[in-house]
Amino acid sequence: MHLPLASQIINLLAAVLLLLSFAMLTQRRILSLINLFALQGLTLTLSTLVVAFSTGQHHLYYSATLTFVLKVLILPWVLHRLIRRLNVKWDVETLINIPTTMLVGIVLVILAFNVALPISQLAGTITKSTLGIALACVLLAFLMMITRSKAVPQVIGFLAMENGLFFAATSATYGMPMVVEFGIALDVLVGMVILGVFFFQIRERFDSLDIRHLEKLKEE
Amino acid sequence: MISWPGLVAQLTEVLLAVLLAPILLGWVNQCRAWLQNKNGPGVLQPYRTLRKLFAKEAVLAHNASPLFRATPYALFACMCLAAAIVPTLGTDLPFSPAADAIALVGILALARVFISLAAMDIGTAFGSLGARREMMVGFLAEPALLMVLFTASLISHSTSLATIVAQLTQAEFVVYPSLALAGVAFTMVSLAENARIPVDNPSTHLELTMIHEAMVLEYSGRHLALIEWSAALKLFVYSCIGIALFFPFGIAQGGDALGLVLALPALAAKLGVGGFALAVIETVSAKMRIFRAPEFLGTAFLLAVLAMLIHFLLEA
Repeated sequence: MHLPLASQIINLLAAVLLLLSFAMLTQRRILSLINLFALQGLTLTLSTLVVAFSTGQHHLYYSATLTFVLKVLILPWVLHRLIRRLNVKWDVETLINIPTTMLVGIVLVILAFNVALPISQLAGTITKSTLGIALACVLLAFLMMITRSKAVPQVIGFLAMENGLFFAATSATYGMPMVVEFGIALDVLVGMVILGVFFFQIRERFDSLDIRHLEKLKEE
Repeated sequence: MISWPGLVAQLTEVLLAVLLAPILLGWVNQCRAWLQNKNGPGVLQPYRTLRKLFAKEAVLAHNASPLFRATPYALFACMCLAAAIVPTLGTDLPFSPAADAIALVGILALARVFISLAAMDIGTAFGSLGARREMMVGFLAEPALLMVLFTASLISHSTSLATIVAQLTQAEFVVYPSLALAGVAFTMVSLAENARIPVDNPSTHLELTMIHEAMVLEYSGRHLALIEWSAALKLFVYSCIGIALFFPFGIAQGGDALGLVLALPALAAKLGVGGFALAVIETVSAKMRIFRAPEFLGTAFLLAVLAMLIHFLLEA
């Protein structure tokens, strides 16, 4: 009846991941948001390491290292630099109030768990039951992107969504092929750089990082 | 029917709770003082306060009803009853079949209703203000507390606290992700319920934002002493619920006497660590605006619901 210890630890880390997703959803301050994102990356690294250790899949060690370097060190550092240069530390705006967002979040989690149940029963991996949590993390990151009006939290939501997808990949099939993983890592990094440039452009044009201004953009 | 050793264990447990509760409060205050670089009044200060208050004359307002006078005793009785249900030393409690975890929440709610009514009884502005806030915090905290208890009940297939503890200690060591989430939720609920810092400030009578202190402003003498004592007991009971649900190791199985003796230092150590953690939380966090309290407790409720969902996904 009882699961092996490795599975238990992975399940615990999955729960922590979900908890962090919710924390990001309800977080008002950008600085804490970035720290939470780094923490999520760290949890992801740990869970990948545990999967790698318990299944002997060597390529997962590489992908754990990649996750650690990219999502715990580089991206948070880039984001910290960005918000310092943009001077948007105290951004507090959400479109829907936070308790409502949390309720919608719970509904999304229930949905994700239900959708993932039949799929995870077919999977043969030791991490199969965490697929629902991975899916929930993706949906919660989506929700975060929808409910934020400013550009930086939206980008963090996008990055958190990638975290969820990565976790889904490790939990359903022990990770994607190495080439694909490298490709995605590079995509995320380049995407971050391009979005960083966008931030400056948006701010120069409108004196604000509020995305709603973009809707009014018309040719004169 | 009722085993004599069980009865003795039960009585010891209640007496211990009643007598030791002020020490826990004193320890938390002492830790807070240390963290703020002060010397602190010592661990025994709550006893001195209680002795002083019992020696003083109780003053009542002219329009105080019998309810106002009866409330301190009702409050104290509720907390003693709650302390009798929660297993602190052993699980062989003759009293525990009488009330399960849900009834425990009900007993705590009864105490809240009494003190709120008494606060509104005199008709001062502060009293009714505090009572309203207390009821708001209460109605938000109760569902979260119930959800936490339900999560533990789902794992052990029983709502009786003694059975939950017995199940959790007997089984081999298993990591329950749901209990981890429920633990966070429970911490938030107990901070709110015990009028600790992110929600209420226990160490001031001079704030417009106070909740618990606003309700007991009209009390004096032995009545105030009983109320202070039951507040300390409430903290003790909540800490013991937390220990029983999340760190039950060391609580004696059944009525074995050696286990009961060994459980005492274990309980003291756990309460000491818990009290220090509470002091740290209180020192590092700022008091919230009262309108942020629903959000805080909403998060606690959400975490508790997540704990239940995760139990169904990962552990069922």
